[in-house]
Amino acid sequence: MDSILFYLFALVMIAFGFGVVMNRNPVTSAMCLVGCFLGVAALFIMLDAFFIGVVQIAVYAGAVIVLFVFILMLLDIAGEKRREFPIHAIAIGLIVAVIVGGQIAMVAGSLDDVGGKFPPIDKAAAVEARVERGNNPDSTINTILTDPKKPSYPDVHIIGEALFTRYPLHLQIVAVLLTVGAVGVVVLSKKRLE
Amino acid sequence: MDLFTFLSSSVMVLVVFTIVLTLVPISVYLERRVSAVIQDRLGPNRVGLPLTLFGAKKDFHLFGLFQPAADGIKLFLKEDHTPAHVNKFYFILAPALVMVPALLSAAVIPFGSTMDMPFFEGRQVQLAVANVDIGPLLIFAIASLTVYGIVIAGWASNSRYPFLGGVRSSAQMISYEICLGLSIIPVLLYFGDLNLGRIADQQSRDGWLLLPIAFGGDGPVVDWRTLLLLPTLLIAFIIFTVSLFAETNRAPFDLPECETELVSGYHTEYSSMKFALFFMGEYAAMVVGSALIVTLFFGGWALPFGLDNLIRDPATGAFPWWASLMHMGVFLTKVIGFIVFFIWVRWTVPRFRYDQLMKLGWVVFFELALANILLAAILIAIFG
Repeated sequence: MDSILFYLFALVMIAFGFGVVMNRNPVTSAMCLVGCFLGVAALFIMLDAFFIGVVQIAVYAGAVIVLFVFILMLLDIAGEKRREFPIHAIAIGLIVAVIVGGQIAMVAGSLDDVGGKFPPIDKAAAVEARVERGNNPDSTINTILTDPKKPSYPDVHIIGEALFTRYPLHLQIVAVLLTVGAVGVVVLSKKRLE
Repeated sequence: MDLFTFLSSSVMVLVVFTIVLTLVPISVYLERRVSAVIQDRLGPNRVGLPLTLFGAKKDFHLFGLFQPAADGIKLFLKEDHTPAHVNKFYFILAPALVMVPALLSAAVIPFGSTMDMPFFEGRQVQLAVANVDIGPLLIFAIASLTVYGIVIAGWASNSRYPFLGGVRSSAQMISYEICLGLSIIPVLLYFGDLNLGRIADQQSRDGWLLLPIAFGGDGPVVDWRTLLLLPTLLIAFIIFTVSLFAETNRAPFDLPECETELVSGYHTEYSSMKFALFFMGEYAAMVVGSALIVTLFFGGWALPFGLDNLIRDPATGAFPWWASLMHMGVFLTKVIGFIVFFIWVRWTVPRFRYDQLMKLGWVVFFELALANILLAAILIAIFG
């Protein structure tokens, strides 16, 4: 069942990915990108990474691409004309594709064969590893992890704990960076008005 | 996944679709009757069982409860006109893009308690299609996709008024999504959980979030910690509810389809069932929004004052099947109550101006929600 769903969503992703590149109407390309992101989100959710999957939808599909579509519609960009590609561009593209494909094949070949099925997460080992890494042994996440009533992995708790206890400075630097970006945009747009 | 889980999930999917798709015509009917009451009219009160067709003396009018069915038949039989100047593919796709997210997001809402199955000994079923650990986030993520339907409808119609409606709508929805997300953080901090099923369950034990009184063994028990947090939770409730009005394009924030300025906004060029899908999508979003408010703030399926503790199976925390069915009824009653509230506000409050709407979102609610999070976090850190 899981592998059927995996191939389904992977196929959806690849098909929409092709759509992004092949379509000459920019709005259609952007909508294909949304479909591609939905496929990625579905794969994340299949890996029990619910939070990342949902954030993928909320941030990329729900906010970033909406702005893309918005701008494409406001500017009313015409469809791109078909171009003749020079032979060296095609050759370089092929070489890059072969290298990347070869790397993926190498990484995939080095993985152990688990018979098409991944074993369930060993929760006791996860708690041990968390304590070893310097996390609080009495943390509520440890109790959630070993609680048999909660079958799923508490990914929201774990991401929150990591962000706010281990990497608070990094988080704040990113926040300041985003604020600087937003203020910069306002300043630039004001300058043009004068 | 064994056969039992598969079957119970399939039945639950059917039940949720039925509930949402039944509540849509009911809310259309309520909209017409409540607006009539407010405007001192009668409203549609004739369409019922046409018993005279079968030889009876009088029709049975049922207070006009069959009016939505008549509306539906009317919309089906209208000419489905596609103007020549539109982008056909997106013109047809857009109504579906509005309707589908509204139905999908209903999947995570717990519409009843954990039920002890009557014919399968020892089996318990949580009455929700997907009892995931990220309920509210999933609803926000899927609801954020609704904006595509409206933007695409405005753009594909290839005419002025729909385009302006689409632009307005996307700006409004993106702005209010932020308030919507920020406003419930105090609530989530209080519960310490994102699973809507467990949030509802906890409220059935301790009383509703905004009515935190539970009757224990001897007399009412009030948790003073909850009482201390009540002001912040109340602010969260107000911001969340008002933002939901903006997010579902309901009056007084229905500027994307403001008829005095934009004919009827993004669906000006639509007719027949394509128009009806926009209409139904708006009401379905309202139904799901009401269900989310009820689940977060008013106990979901729970009875008030922790009365459920009397019928709960103390060992498993599950309920007998009759209690679960009663909880479904309680949940639907609360949701319909909120739908009436939505309708009441629509026919009472005049429409905002667009700059007032943006100012309310970005200058008032955004800051208020941030301050509210800080206050709630401090209170929980000190007294929690």
